[in-house]
Amino acid sequence: MRAVTRRDPTRLFAHEMAGGLRAGEFSSRELVDAHLALAHATDRGLHAWRFLDDERARAVADAADARIAEARRAGPDAIAALPPLAGIPIALKDLVVTRGQTSTAGSRILDGFVGTFDAHIAERIGAAGGVVLGKTNMDEFAMGSSTEHCAWGPAANPWDLARVPGGSSGGSAAAVAAYHAAVSIGTDTGGSIRQPAALCGIAGMKPTYGRVSRYGIIAFASSLDQIGPLGRDVRDVAALLQTVAGRDDRDSTSSPIPVPDYLADLPADDDAAAGFLRGLRLGLPREYFVPGMEPGVEARVREAVRALESAGAEIVDVSLPHTDYGLATYYIIAPAEASANLARYDGIRYGHSVREGDVLANYLATRGTGFGDEVKRRVMLGTYALSAGYYDAYYVKAQKVRTLIKGDFDAAFERVDAIVAPTSPTVAFPLGARLDDPVAMYLSDACTLPVNVAGLPGLSVPCGLSEGLPVGLQVIGRAWDEGHVLRIGRAFEAITADADWRRLEPAGLPALADPATPAPRLPAMTMPAPARPA
Amino acid sequence: MATLSRADVEHVALLARLGLSEDQLTRLEGQLNHILDQYLVLSELDTASIPPTAQTIELENILREDTAGPSLSPDEALLGAPERQGDYFVVPVVVEGAD
Repeated sequence: MRAVTRRDPTRLFAHEMAGGLRAGEFSSRELVDAHLALAHATDRGLHAWRFLDDERARAVADAADARIAEARRAGPDAIAALPPLAGIPIALKDLVVTRGQTSTAGSRILDGFVGTFDAHIAERIGAAGGVVLGKTNMDEFAMGSSTEHCAWGPAANPWDLARVPGGSSGGSAAAVAAYHAAVSIGTDTGGSIRQPAALCGIAGMKPTYGRVSRYGIIAFASSLDQIGPLGRDVRDVAALLQTVAGRDDRDSTSSPIPVPDYLADLPADDDAAAGFLRGLRLGLPREYFVPGMEPGVEARVREAVRALESAGAEIVDVSLPHTDYGLATYYIIAPAEASANLARYDGIRYGHSVREGDVLANYLATRGTGFGDEVKRRVMLGTYALSAGYYDAYYVKAQKVRTLIKGDFDAAFERVDAIVAPTSPTVAFPLGARLDDPVAMYLSDACTLPVNVAGLPGLSVPCGLSEGLPVGLQVIGRAWDEGHVLRIGRAFEAITADADWRRLEPAGLPALADPATPAPRLPAMTMPAPARPA
Repeated sequence: MATLSRADVEHVALLARLGLSEDQLTRLEGQLNHILDQYLVLSELDTASIPPTAQTIELENILREDTAGPSLSPDEALLGAPERQGDYFVVPVVVEGAD
């Protein structure tokens, strides 16, 4: 168990903040004010945030305080009935639509778009008393693995401000790693929660496809997108998942399978948590130790696996033979679905609009100037893959390989309870390093995208550092087995609770506190053409 | 599987309604062909008897009752309209000869 310091509430875990709120040690307003102050003071060099909405956050915090005070007056049962995230500061990725606030999905084409309704998950967070501080920076339309493809500039990694935080939920990961928010929401289509969580040294989970409603989430690839939580502690990740998961009639792909009580099975006591590993069969897929994996990353992951084994888990060598086909499969299906989802951005009803010619000229100019380079690449790929003469060779073929990839996991899960693997083949890379080679960028997701292709739940938890930069361990479960996956993550936290690397804060934090530190930028040679003014 | 010619790239760009400069078209031609090369591995797999997976959740025909309910007001719907006239979006002419 950690010794908790109450001097700086931003350094608490969400569940510790919740304890403090219930005990009356501080108010949600004080908590939120502290986080907003830190975010305003230290985001310039990080660019984790698209905006902070202080006024709305304070109003929600005040309402949470009233609710908590009422519960404290009513007694222990009422306090116990408070939702876990009541009064807790939360960040939302900039593709979560909320009423009266902007959402741009990191794109110039949605410049100035103001939401007229709340996404399902925003409604749930609101009902639970969670306090949204603002929205975070992201790769445009969630297409990217570095949070560099953003219309308004890249984000940086709190561990090294010259490096990427990962993507596409890099802002959500960086904000939590830099203590601006206790927990955050990201989305994961090919790894976009797990990979930035790994690169920023925090936990992040992609639930089973269909676990969380996508209503009000700006869409990238509809058969792959999932919303999920990021946090500095597995219990916090579980609390946010609990808050947003469940059937929503407005998303026909949202599952009616009941949501279990994830937190009930995540003990506070480390010994109790670690006990879950005894006799558990964990598969280690040989294909995930990909060529190009950094030796330091491989070393940390293998050490983590040995730790799990020492704690009583049985490590089983498994093969997921179609793993290497995952990249091609994903990079056909996702762009194809994206090309359909992004067809709506035409400058007619909202957003960036160029009207200088006839309707066709306007579409070409609006979309040509509104979309960034990576989005254009993927829309082109997807349009081609779906076009007459190529649909069977590409899209249908990819869907068939998808069946094979899912089959690999189904076969493995007959022999093991869960799979452990690296999350990312490398630690955070320098800003600009992969912008000239899209395929090098796509390889960042080699270990994560098969999980999206198969629709399974995956969690990344920090497992140490390599050359001072965070490494993530991935836990993959059967469909709807979020509970098991979270228990394994919690157990891993428990057995590494005394690790030296857990005591370290991100090395970039002192520089972030220095007002002279400039905003992150891409090196001059790879600087994309500035977006033309609307 | 074919590689993309410059004409193919221009055709796809038009289908996707993306206005691209000559420079961008040239860069894209190279990048897209490089990415298409990655797809060649899939032809190693015999998938003749494999059914496609469109989505993993295995839900079908999720419907709701066809009843009207509250929706966006005209002002909400038109909030972001680049050009508005009353309760209408103003759009470019799409029917030739109309005025």
